[in-house]
Amino acid sequence: MTAHLPPAIEAEGLVKAFGDVRAVDGVDLSVAGGSVYGVLGPNGAGKTTTIKMLATLLRPDGGTARVLGHDVVREAHQVRRAVSLTGQLASVDEDLTGRENLILIGLLLGLRRSAAKARAQELLEAFGLEEAAGRLVKNYSGGMRRRLDIAASIVVTPRLMFLDEPTTGLDPRSRNQVWDIVRELQGAGTTILLCTQYLDEADQLADRIAVIDHGTVIAEGTPGQLKASVGSGALKVRLIDPEQRPQAHEILARELGAVSLEADPARLTATCADADRGALAVSALSEAGVRIADFSLGQPTLDEVFLALTGHTAEQSEEASRGDAEPEPEREEAVA
Amino acid sequence: MSTVTTSPDDAIRKAVASTPRPGPASPVASALAFGWRGMLKVKHVPEQLLDVTITPVMFVLMFTYLFGGAIAGSTGEYLQYILPGTLVMSVLFTTVYSGVALNTDLTRGVVDRIRSLPIWRPSPLVGALLGDSVRYLVAGTVIIVLGVILGFDPEAGIGGVIAALALVVVFAFGLSWVFTTLGLVMRSPNAVMNAGFMAIFPLTFLSNVFVEPSTLPGVLEWFVNVNPISLLSDASRGLMAGNAEASDILISLAVAAGLTAVFMPLTTRLYRSR
Repeated sequence: MTAHLPPAIEAEGLVKAFGDVRAVDGVDLSVAGGSVYGVLGPNGAGKTTTIKMLATLLRPDGGTARVLGHDVVREAHQVRRAVSLTGQLASVDEDLTGRENLILIGLLLGLRRSAAKARAQELLEAFGLEEAAGRLVKNYSGGMRRRLDIAASIVVTPRLMFLDEPTTGLDPRSRNQVWDIVRELQGAGTTILLCTQYLDEADQLADRIAVIDHGTVIAEGTPGQLKASVGSGALKVRLIDPEQRPQAHEILARELGAVSLEADPARLTATCADADRGALAVSALSEAGVRIADFSLGQPTLDEVFLALTGHTAEQSEEASRGDAEPEPEREEAVA
Repeated sequence: MSTVTTSPDDAIRKAVASTPRPGPASPVASALAFGWRGMLKVKHVPEQLLDVTITPVMFVLMFTYLFGGAIAGSTGEYLQYILPGTLVMSVLFTTVYSGVALNTDLTRGVVDRIRSLPIWRPSPLVGALLGDSVRYLVAGTVIIVLGVILGFDPEAGIGGVIAALALVVVFAFGLSWVFTTLGLVMRSPNAVMNAGFMAIFPLTFLSNVFVEPSTLPGVLEWFVNVNPISLLSDASRGLMAGNAEASDILISLAVAAGLTAVFMPLTTRLYRSR
């Protein structure tokens, strides 16, 4: 349905260097209007720098980008008219109350004071912040601050929203609230560029994902395609009675092929590219009287995808780049 | 309130539903909104007004009673001489805090949102300085009220006092652009504070705020006489006494305009690129 719309973001060969470090080193992106597009990568991969160039906060050193049809350098003002940014540091004023923050943004976007107040009230109610509306934001919890931050981004509904690591540091309940809000926003027609270092977050929310490492896109596709590119999925089984594991091993090896036994004496994992064959294998187990506590049949997690694509896990990459001072520019620039 | 209750999801759905986009805020409206933001911060942390009230009071009391007798023969006469000068000093010292506040702002995430808004580019800065002008006004008023209590006699009456205060606040608005520039190039709020006072302190003391330039050695006297702060003090004294020289007032205003013309675009540029 959205396929025939022009892309909301088209970036070609974006480059940004801080001193000798090329934080973004030739990023290409094409984001369909109305979609949630995930940019996935470890700390220091260049996600925030990319977002800042697209949101007109940083001028690219090379390459071009058009956001909603406008060039981010030459038509920066038109871009700002249509987008909103929720930065990595919560982009709200800690020294004001939640309500004052929202009214301020409303005024700056051209609402009259009465309209700005009404809109602030509506958002505070919707985001469960009414009770805290009169408190200074510096006294908010992380989850409240994030919700206020997102509310501030939609005081006037943007056509495109940049969300930079919206759930970093949140507890699971707050994280789910943020995810729900993102889904509602997409439902209302807003295109969302979501930067995240959480693989399950991209998997949950994004229609397409670009995996970014050391300033370049190393893989792009739907979550399913990315997983498929890594290879087959797996059937994971946990038995009620560990005594039955040799028997289960034998059956799964016959039905599916390679089986690995895990450290937990009740668990086994078999490679399984085909869901139908996996289902047959599970029924073969129960027909043979092997009692199953639970099983899952799935594609590899994005953690495994990242490992397969880069040869290292997200955490290792983060450590490696910290070692050679790679994330330094991004942190510096986040502070500025 | 209506009696219809909606689930949180419905409320969110309604809140995120597309709203018509209003026309852009005018430069004046956005600058005023930022000025309002500055006022709110004072409202939430009124203690920050201490620096603009206590310090000037200390200066007036200290200079009048400690040095007054030695410098002018009597404290009453000296008060008459230095009160317009301390008005200038207190307000100009306050301008350093504009740079400190801007630097503090840059360490916060909110600057990213501000810079991504479709607003007149200098409006966050102009607005902040408009808000700060209220602080200048508070500092100036405290000085004048205290002076009158201690026996200062503004011969030109209330009109002259208001004119002097207005002139000093306008000059301070111009000068504060220098400190916002400093606020954008220095690394920390403390560095801005130190550098700012290192500049403004000697400049104020090497003026005619505290002493008659004719008592100074030659080179110093020359410097004091060309120091714009001396001209501003002369204008402020003249306005309060009813014998102001037009040239002092005009040059003070010209200096303020010149500082604004140079440092406002510079600050705006730096703010955009940082």
